[in-house]
Amino acid sequence: MDPLEALVAQIQGLSSTPGDIARLHVILKQADDSLRSESTRLSSVLAQLAPSEHSLGFLYVLDAFTSGQISKQQAETTVPIITGFINACNAEQIRLAPEKFVLVCKRLKDQVMMLEAPIRSVGPLFTAARKLQLSTEHLTPLHSDFLLLCLLAKCYKTGLSILEDGIFEVDQPRDLFLYCYYGGMICIGLKRFQKALDLLHNVVTAPMSSLNAIAVEAYKKYILVSLIHHGQWQISTSLPKYASSVAQRSLKNFCQHYIELANSYGTEKIAELEAYVQTNTEKFENDNNLGLVKQVVLSMYKRNIQRLTQTYLTLSLQDIANTVQLNSPKEAEMHVLQMIQDGEIYATINQRDGMVRFLEDPEQYKTCEMIEHIDSSIQRIMALSRKLSAMDEQISCDQLYLSKVGRERQRYDFDDFDVPTKFNI
Amino acid sequence: MDADDDTCAPITDEIRANGGDEQRTRRPIISGDQLDIEAYASLYSGRTKIMRLLFIADHCSDEKIGNPSMKLDALRMAYDEIKKGENTQLMREVAQKINGRLGPSYELDSVWCDTVDRRAEQKKEKLENELNAYRTNLIKESIRMGYNDFGDFYYSHGQLGDAFKSYVRTRDYCTTSKHIVHMCMSVILVSIEMGQFTHVTSYVNKAEQAPDALDPITSAKLRCAAGLANLEAKKYKLAARKFLETNPELGSHYNEVIAPQDVATYGGLCALATFDRTELKSKVIDNLNFRNFLELVPEVRELINDFYSSHYASCLQYLGNLKANLLLDIHLHDHVETLYDQIRHKALIQYTLPFVSVDLNMMANAFKTTVAELQKELEALITDNQIQARIDSHNKILYARHADQRNATFQRVLETGREFDRDVRSMLLRSNLVKHDYNVRQLRKL
Repeated sequence: MDPLEALVAQIQGLSSTPGDIARLHVILKQADDSLRSESTRLSSVLAQLAPSEHSLGFLYVLDAFTSGQISKQQAETTVPIITGFINACNAEQIRLAPEKFVLVCKRLKDQVMMLEAPIRSVGPLFTAARKLQLSTEHLTPLHSDFLLLCLLAKCYKTGLSILEDGIFEVDQPRDLFLYCYYGGMICIGLKRFQKALDLLHNVVTAPMSSLNAIAVEAYKKYILVSLIHHGQWQISTSLPKYASSVAQRSLKNFCQHYIELANSYGTEKIAELEAYVQTNTEKFENDNNLGLVKQVVLSMYKRNIQRLTQTYLTLSLQDIANTVQLNSPKEAEMHVLQMIQDGEIYATINQRDGMVRFLEDPEQYKTCEMIEHIDSSIQRIMALSRKLSAMDEQISCDQLYLSKVGRERQRYDFDDFDVPTKFNI
Repeated sequence: MDADDDTCAPITDEIRANGGDEQRTRRPIISGDQLDIEAYASLYSGRTKIMRLLFIADHCSDEKIGNPSMKLDALRMAYDEIKKGENTQLMREVAQKINGRLGPSYELDSVWCDTVDRRAEQKKEKLENELNAYRTNLIKESIRMGYNDFGDFYYSHGQLGDAFKSYVRTRDYCTTSKHIVHMCMSVILVSIEMGQFTHVTSYVNKAEQAPDALDPITSAKLRCAAGLANLEAKKYKLAARKFLETNPELGSHYNEVIAPQDVATYGGLCALATFDRTELKSKVIDNLNFRNFLELVPEVRELINDFYSSHYASCLQYLGNLKANLLLDIHLHDHVETLYDQIRHKALIQYTLPFVSVDLNMMANAFKTTVAELQKELEALITDNQIQARIDSHNKILYARHADQRNATFQRVLETGREFDRDVRSMLLRSNLVKHDYNVRQLRKL
């Protein structure tokens, strides 16, 4: 019998119980090479298999099918097959062969990029990532690809939904770097600067033995987002002590322009900042950071206006324009209006007098919502604290850890010294 | 506040008169005369007199009272003073500065210089021989005297470094605490002239730790020296304390370093710039000892009293008058601006402290400035968090502002929660990475 036909029959037969599936897995592994050699006939084979029941088999066949070079027209046909498979497949079965699954998804990504329609795979990859995850805290290689496609397709909100899960388990550090970097970019796109800062911070302070390009790019964005969100960035305090020594030493060498930008921001002179940006536009553009840099300049105006709210109760638009170094009261009015709408300051504009009246933050912390918010925060933090102690216990029982610590301890504990027998119980 | 009742009229008049004209029964403010150089110089003796005169000569030309005649006066008096001494180096300097402007009698007298130099050589040889003799005899007292003489000799010839070294060498041969104190005083003198105030502080401490009690004049001298050292180190509060503790018995005993008028001025200004109201009252105004000093400089006394009683306009006016002369003082020159700024800021803060709202026009009147200037100054102080207030720029009123503790607490709590959340999450992530990395390495080894 044709080996391929036999294989198909076996797939169809052995896909029901977990025991069978384990046997099937073994058979498939052995048949892998023969599958690859028969790539031309595989499309018909695929038609015979049902993705939802015969997921493992389908996966192996699909992998062999897509392993060669695929042209644009072929991609048109294969993309729907793969997306259909992802949507229908059985999660437990594919978890038996995760690398193949990842490989298939990566090929999907490549094909979709070739077709220049990244949005086609955003949904499927989302499902794929969810299916491959062992728990919501687990990071898979698919996460970073998914986020990359979201960025390319500009579907930031879908990307954000996967970012909301906290990640604690990581297989490959490289996945984490890419995940956090792309995640940071998505958050910047959605103007969630605090979250972006957290993600970028994770990249920059992650333990690494040698510098990688992702960390360098992340550091550049980290500086810019710090300036926008916090209004300050000090090189001396930028990297905490737990960042790797490699990062602490070498990161700043690659980000010279950004550090100078931060220094010029610190002088609080808008003209200087703008001049600096003008002269270095090209370099920022090469890093694709020009948009962020423009936002940095804008944030400087905002910060100056915010400072004014601390000192003045009312101020004329003309004075604001002068203090913040804007060109006219009209511009000042626009800036203030924008800030009021964004909720960054609390003020009222009196157009007749050309005066702005700054108000206090109306939040009184007396509402039910606030109490609920505080309560939920307490619960969340207690859960986190429990998790921390659980992890601590887990590591203290971990074999590798104990073997390493055991070697470094003294041979004799204080309790090991001999005690006279008459005191022995 | 603007709509006054009749009952409030006298009080508001008093407040308004704060910045108004001087119809009060106070002594008229002495206008800023130019420094009377003769009187000033007569307060001092020895090397410091010369240095101060030279300082005045150098600096009176770059002040607003660019007065060439004062410069020449100073140089002339310096020349006369140097001639009485034995310092040929200074003589050459002064002659060069005079540059023949004072006539032939004030030219570089090379004959005098040569005579003095030759005499110095002879004296030095004699001292060296004597010292060697004493050293071979190993009589402690004589060796000490020998080094002391050397120190004096070097000092009068302007070789301050050598003088310092000689005086320090006497330390090994000091037997009584009187010797130690004498050594310390000499070293302090030389260090002050050299401008090395770190030595001054250490030797003042040494002298004060001497086993025998010091007589009041010596302890007063030590206090002054310590005060000067602190002033140079910009520790104005400590300097003020030291000057205020100086015993009035000092009189003119320390003229080779400092005059009692200086003690009053330095102490008064530093105290005003750094003390709060209670300290100012207890340590300065009610201080009987210090009052003796303040009598010598009535402007400083008036100015401190004005500040305490909130007559800021006149206080600042006295300060302005004194400024020109203080800039010519060798020790205070670098600190005048800082001290003045601090005093002005304190005045502004103290003015706004008791009020819930302040009319900026009245305040500008009280401080004799314009509203715009005042607004700028207040803005700086508010940003610095020294005044808790807000400016209503439209109506030109300053409103006091008290932080809402409750809201602030809530905000802090929420913020702390968020930070904890963030930090612990990233920490767990990092530990996971480290564990993974370590596992990979271990597995590779196995």
